[in-house]
Amino acid sequence: MAAAASRRVLPGFGLTLGYTVGYLSLIVLIPLSAALIKTFSLSWEHFWQIVTAPRVVASYKLSFGTSLLAAAINSVFGLMLAWSLVRYSFPGKRIIDALVDLPFALPTAVAGIALTAIYAGNGWIGQFTEPLGLKIAFTPIGILIALVFIGLPFVVRTVQPVLQDLEAEYEEAAASLGANRWQTFTRVVFPLLLPALLTGFALAFARAVGEYGSVIFIAGNLPMISEITPLIIITKLEQYDYVGATAVATVMLFVSFALLLVINGLQAWTSRRMGRAR
Amino acid sequence: MAGALSSLAFGSVGGSAFERRAATRDPAWVKWLILGLSLSFFAIFILLPLIAVFVEALRKGWGTYITALSEPDALAAVRLTLIAAAIAVPLNLIFGVSAAWAIAKYQFRGKNALTTLIDLPFSVSPVVAGLVFVLVFGAQGWFGSWLGDHNIRIIFAVPGIVLATIFVTFPFVARELIPLMESQGREEEEAAIVLGASGLQTFWRVTLPNIKWGLLYGVILCNARAMGEFGAVSVVSGHIRGQTNTLPLHVEIVYNEYNFAAAFAVASLLALLALFTLILKTIIEVRAASQVAKA
Amino acid sequence: MLSRVFSWAGFVLAFVFLTAYTALAQTTILNVSYDVSRELYKQINPAFIDAWKAKTGETVTVNQSHGGSSKQAASVAEGLDADVITMNQAPDIDFLADKGLVAKDWKSKFPNDAAPYTSVSVFLVRKGNPKGIKDWSDLAKPGISVIVPNPKTSGNGRYTYLAAWGYALENLGGADAAKDFVKKLFGNVPVFDGGGRGATTTFSQRDVGDALVTFENEARLIAVEFGADKFDIVYPSLSVEAPAPVAINEKVVDKKKTREVATAYLNFLYSPEGQAIIAKYDFRPRDEAVLRANQAKFPPVKTFDVEKLIGSWADVRKTHFADGGIYDQISVK
Repeated sequence: MAAAASRRVLPGFGLTLGYTVGYLSLIVLIPLSAALIKTFSLSWEHFWQIVTAPRVVASYKLSFGTSLLAAAINSVFGLMLAWSLVRYSFPGKRIIDALVDLPFALPTAVAGIALTAIYAGNGWIGQFTEPLGLKIAFTPIGILIALVFIGLPFVVRTVQPVLQDLEAEYEEAAASLGANRWQTFTRVVFPLLLPALLTGFALAFARAVGEYGSVIFIAGNLPMISEITPLIIITKLEQYDYVGATAVATVMLFVSFALLLVINGLQAWTSRRMGRAR
Repeated sequence: MAGALSSLAFGSVGGSAFERRAATRDPAWVKWLILGLSLSFFAIFILLPLIAVFVEALRKGWGTYITALSEPDALAAVRLTLIAAAIAVPLNLIFGVSAAWAIAKYQFRGKNALTTLIDLPFSVSPVVAGLVFVLVFGAQGWFGSWLGDHNIRIIFAVPGIVLATIFVTFPFVARELIPLMESQGREEEEAAIVLGASGLQTFWRVTLPNIKWGLLYGVILCNARAMGEFGAVSVVSGHIRGQTNTLPLHVEIVYNEYNFAAAFAVASLLALLALFTLILKTIIEVRAASQVAKA
Repeated sequence: MLSRVFSWAGFVLAFVFLTAYTALAQTTILNVSYDVSRELYKQINPAFIDAWKAKTGETVTVNQSHGGSSKQAASVAEGLDADVITMNQAPDIDFLADKGLVAKDWKSKFPNDAAPYTSVSVFLVRKGNPKGIKDWSDLAKPGISVIVPNPKTSGNGRYTYLAAWGYALENLGGADAAKDFVKKLFGNVPVFDGGGRGATTTFSQRDVGDALVTFENEARLIAVEFGADKFDIVYPSLSVEAPAPVAINEKVVDKKKTREVATAYLNFLYSPEGQAIIAKYDFRPRDEAVLRANQAKFPPVKTFDVEKLIGSWADVRKTHFADGGIYDQISVK
C-alpha cells in the first residue's frame, strides 16, 4: 500500500476518496442499513413467513415477470429506435432524439395518469381495443405498458453510442468477404452491440422492478393478480407494519444489488470478450 | 454499468454518412420497415402520453390553465421544487467530481464494490428510498428523539425532501464522469503536477476543461430527475399545502380534488421543464460535437 | 463556475431559513386530515380564522395536510407536527393514543365521542340504475361490477367492507354466511384504487363498474362535479355509521403552546357556523337544527355502529384487516 502511495503523483486521493465514502455512507449506506437493521428484529422464521406469503409471492411473480417482459420489448424496439436514430436521416430526428429521455424526466405519477387516460375503456386507444376483448388499463397488460414507457430510454441510450462508434470498416470487411447484409448484421454488428443491449436490458429491468408511481394508477391492484411488490410495501406501511414493510423491502434491495453485480459482471465479461475478438 | 447511465445523455447527429456507404446502407424496404416500426413504437409509447398531458391540460381553455399555474399553492410547489433541485444538484455535482477523481485516477482495493454501491440508489425502489429516511429521522427512528428535543425537523420538512431528492439522483453525475475520466487517463494531470502546478490548479486548468461537457450532461440529467421525483418525496413530504408539496405532489393533490384540467396543467409545466432540459441537452451535444470536430 | 454554484446554494439556503423563520413568527396550527375532507377544511379554516380574530384579536394561520388516513396517522407518529388530527375512522386516532401523542380518553374530550359529523356508505350507480342495484345483495350478484377503494389502504374501503359484513350479519345470519357474502361482493371488484378519490375517478372518468360504494358526501360531490344527469345515489337498506373523529396532539400543542387555539379550532366544528359548513359539504351534522334545515339532503338511513355490531376497532383490525385476516382470506382465491 505504501509503495503504491509513493508512486502516486496526483494529489487529492485521500481527500476525494474520503469525501466519496463519507457522502456515500451518509446519504445511501446508513439509511439503507436502517432498513436492514429493522428487518433483523425479526426471527428468521417470521421473516421467511412474511416474504413468502402467497400474496407477496404473487407480487414478486408479477413485478419480476412484467419487468422482464417490458425490458425484452424495450430491447427489441429500443434497438430499432437506436438504429433509426444513428443510421438513417429523417425529418424531426433531432426532436425525437431529445424526446427519448422524456420518460426519465417526467414525474411517474403524471405518466401513470396519462397512460391510464389513454388505455382505459373510454380512452384514445382503449376504446378500440376493448371491443376486441383486449382490456389494457387495470390489468397486468397496463402494468406492462407503464413499465415499457419508463424503461425505453435506458435501452436506446446504451445502444446508441456503441452503434455510433461502430466503425463502418467492420461492415465493409464483411461485405467484401461476400456476406450479405443480414449475415453482416447477425454475425458482425449484433455481437458487437450485444453487451450494450444486455446492459440496457438490465437497467430497464432494474428500474421497472422498483417502479411505483406510474404503475399504481393503471394496475387495477387486484390481490394476487395485479398487485406489484412496491404496493405490498405501501400496504404494510398503511397498516403501521414497518417491520413487515422493511422485510419485503430488504428482499427487493438484495435483488437490486444482485442485479447490479450481474450488470457490472456482464460488462466486465463482455468487454474482455470484445478485447479478445478485436 | 459503467458508461450505461452516462450514455443516457448521449445523442446522435448525422446518419446520412452511413446511408452513403454501400456497406452500411440497408435495403430501402428494411429501412422503411425499421423506421416505421420504431417510430410507431415511439409515437404510441412516448408521444401519445405527452400529447395526452397537453390536451387534458387545455381541455378547459387557457384561462383555467393560467389560473392553475398562478395559484399560490402551485407557486409554492414550484418554489420548493426549484429549491430542492438547487440544493441536491450542486451537492451531487461535488460528490460526482470527487468520486470520479478517486475512482478514475487511482487504483485501490474495493474499487468495484465502491462503484456498485454508488449505483445502488438507482435500482432501489423510490418507495424504499423514502422509507429509509423515515426509519432514520422519524420520531420513532434512530435520531428521532434527539432531533425532536433540539427542535430540528428533517422529514416532513424541506431538509427531508432535499435528502430524498439527493438519494434518487445520487449516481448521475458520478456515473457520467467515471468512464469519461477513466478513458482520459492521468498523463495530462501528472504532467501538470510535475511542471509545478498545485492540485487545485491542475483540476481547474487541466481536468475541468476536459470533462466539462460530460459534467453538464450529468447535471442536466440529475436536474431533470430531481424535479420529477414523486415516490420517495411523497413518503417524506407530510403533504402540507403550500409548504412541503413539490410540483409532482401538487399534481396528485389537484388531481384528487377532481381538478383534472388543473392537474394536467401543472403536469404540463413539468413536461415543459423536462422538454426544456432535454432541448438544452441537445444544444450542448451539438456544441460539444462541433468543438470535437474543430479539434 | 463552481464558486458561482456555491454562492447560489448559499443564497437558497438563506432563503429557506428566512421563510421558515417568518413562518414561525405568528401562531400557526397544522390540521392533519384524511383524503376527502379537503374541500370542507378549505372553507372551515377561513371561517375559524375570522371567528378567532373577532374573539381574541389574534391572527392565526391554519395549515392543511391531506392524504390517505392511515398514512397521515403514521406521519404524525413519525413527527409530522400536527396540532389537531381530523380523521375518518377511530383506529387511526387510537393508534396515535397508543403512541402517547393523543390522550387515551380522547373520545371524551369533545361532544359526540369527539366526532363532529358522520357520514354513511352509499352506492353511486349510472343514471337510471340500469342494473337495478338496490341493496348490498345486488352488489354480490354474478355479473355486477363494483368499484371499491382498497380496504388495505383506505378507510373508505374498510367501511365498505364492514358495511357489507354488517348487512350480511343482520340479514343472512352468522359470520360464515357473512364471510361468504363479502367474498362474493369483493370478487366483483375489478379495480382497487389506493383511496376513495382514485376509486371515484375510475368509476366516473374511466367508465369502469356498475356501482361505486363510497361515503354519502363523496357521492353527492361527484354528482356536483361531474353532472347530476350521469349518476344516481342509492341508499341501501342498512349502512354503516362512519363518524369522523377529531383529536388534539398533546405533545405538539404543549411544545408549540397552541392548546388554546387548537381546542377552539376543534370546538368551532361543533358551532352552528361550523356545522352549517359541514352540512354544506354533505357531511351529516350533529346539530339538530342544522340537520333539520338540510333534511332534503340527508334522507333517513338505517345504520349500525361498527363497535356495537361487529366488535371493538382493535378486534376488527386484528380479525379482518391484519395480514392473514378475513379480508386476506377472501381475497386470495
